[in-house]
Amino acid sequence: MSERQPFAPWTDPGADPLIRFDRVTKRFGDFTAVEAVDLAIYQGEFFSLLGASGCGKTTLLRMLAGFETPSEGRIFIDGVDVSAVPPYERPVNMMFQSYALFPHMSVEQNVAFGLRQDGMPKARIKDKVRDVLDLVRMTGFAGRRPHQLSGGQRQRVALARCLAKEPKVLLLDEPLAALDRKLREQTQLELVGIQDRVGITFVMVTHDQGEAMTMSSRIGVMNTGHIRQIGTPVDIYEYPTSRFVADFIGAANMFDGTVTGGGDGRLTVACPELGHDIAVDYSGALAAGAPVTVMVRPEKMAVSRERPVEGMNWTEGGIADMAYLGDVSVYHVRLESGHKIEVLRTNLRHSGDRPPDWDDRVFVSWHPANALVLTR
Amino acid sequence: MKRNGLLLYTALALAYAFLYLPIVLMVIYSFNASRLVTVWGGFSTKWYGELLHDDKVLDAAWLSLKVAVTNATLSTILGTLAAVVLVRFRRFPGRTLFGGMVAAPLVMPEIITGLAMLLLFVAMEETLGWPAGRSMTTIVIAHVTFSLSFVTVVVQSRLSQMDVSLEEAAMDLGARPLKVFLAITLPIISPALLAGWLLAFTLSIDDVVISAFVSGPGATPLPIVIYSKVRLGVSPEINALATIVVALVGVAIAVAGRMTLRRERNG
Repeated sequence: MSERQPFAPWTDPGADPLIRFDRVTKRFGDFTAVEAVDLAIYQGEFFSLLGASGCGKTTLLRMLAGFETPSEGRIFIDGVDVSAVPPYERPVNMMFQSYALFPHMSVEQNVAFGLRQDGMPKARIKDKVRDVLDLVRMTGFAGRRPHQLSGGQRQRVALARCLAKEPKVLLLDEPLAALDRKLREQTQLELVGIQDRVGITFVMVTHDQGEAMTMSSRIGVMNTGHIRQIGTPVDIYEYPTSRFVADFIGAANMFDGTVTGGGDGRLTVACPELGHDIAVDYSGALAAGAPVTVMVRPEKMAVSRERPVEGMNWTEGGIADMAYLGDVSVYHVRLESGHKIEVLRTNLRHSGDRPPDWDDRVFVSWHPANALVLTR
Repeated sequence: MKRNGLLLYTALALAYAFLYLPIVLMVIYSFNASRLVTVWGGFSTKWYGELLHDDKVLDAAWLSLKVAVTNATLSTILGTLAAVVLVRFRRFPGRTLFGGMVAAPLVMPEIITGLAMLLLFVAMEETLGWPAGRSMTTIVIAHVTFSLSFVTVVVQSRLSQMDVSLEEAAMDLGARPLKVFLAITLPIISPALLAGWLLAFTLSIDDVVISAFVSGPGATPLPIVIYSKVRLGVSPEINALATIVVALVGVAIAVAGRMTLRRERNG
């Protein structure tokens, strides 16, 4: 066993991307679905395009598949400009949200369809079909028709049909949306496992951030036709670069304020909503008076009945809402200013110290290192 | 509840009677031994025998069958093409006009279509020398012009229900557009093609009005022959003929229904 190398080709400036979008814009009449998108995806990545419906993520995927042509800009796959190449000549395959299995063909015929178009000899088609059905654990179902399969089984067949073609890129349009919750979680890890084994680059479109976080090497967060941020799941959760991304991924407490001073990698920010100044770690330089937003994730805050120790940022208020979820409890604390803060409290002990309860005056505290400055 | 059930069944029986009693009566009288249509003279199959020796009727039936099959096939091909254009090609100049023109024969009075066809054929014969007189060709052309609208409507609805991603998936897997149409689209919409074919067949085989304009002495389809015979008085022979037609149509519909049902079940 060799030691596992961290997989991060995007950090290597000499690496050539497998897929490159160069200022790609797509308009439908007056509506601009995708605007001036630049994007580089590397060999072996599991890249997710994440966004709400109508953000342009599916249009981007369909341009990669060849079903839409860019209004402006160019798309390269493996260094070749494919902007004008029809879908049937592109080295990519797409798994559709509806799976799009051909209802009049058996599982075996569905998987063989793509290979027959390539003119592969019959004997090899047979072997190949068996191999990919094996890979997705659908060997016993070769003779079935799609309508005789469950949702999960159809999804596997659709995946096998794409994998059989050994594409350079596999596109997945909301691959798990049609599955029920339990199956979805199971399939997420299985898909990643399969991708690891076949080594094909996957590009997935999803609106489910949990799904994107679990499966992806990197995520592109999209909104109104633009990519707002590209990064690893950790990057976009811990270090969002904009209010939009901070708000879209997970829960976030945001406080608007102005810089009052700073130095040594730390800023002092006056936040009227909190009642007093707070300290935030910040590596850049911002002049006093600059408007900023300070973002703190709920799990990086503590809620307690005791006054926090020196060096922590803190504020106080009353409990507006409280929910016990078992592993954690969610507190909504209302400040004097009316601003509400969401805090997660991990329920570490069976019993012992009494957790904050209704009617308690509570303190919310967090370390300056756990807050993030978003410039506006 | 029970009385309600009785009421429902009575209503159902009345409705069936309203729809089918005339046909049942006709079938019964086709086995009437008496020459008088309204007087029962005992059971007999002699009218069927006589029918077999009536060359005029047999010729007309054969012609009608040929016309109906040719018409249904041509209409299905043309109507399907029109439907594909209307459903899959969302934007092209004149799309609205094209859609309207294809559907127009559905509401056009038959007598006007017939008259217009006759004028066209006469004008063409005078200027181009074709078609020579009223023949099977002219009947087929006239029938196709209105049948194809019905086929288009039937195929159009099926096609617009079809998941477009099936075609995209096929293209994505390397099939060129023509291959996609033949290997994916056609098999999936085939129940609609069959339904359209049968509809065109039925429209053609019982058409009187348009056929009256475009048929000629050498080529008289069955409905015209029946119509002209009836004008001289209803004969039991006609009842026998009609019974055969009803039986044929009934069998065809039952077979088509079964086929459609099986296909639908297979998804």
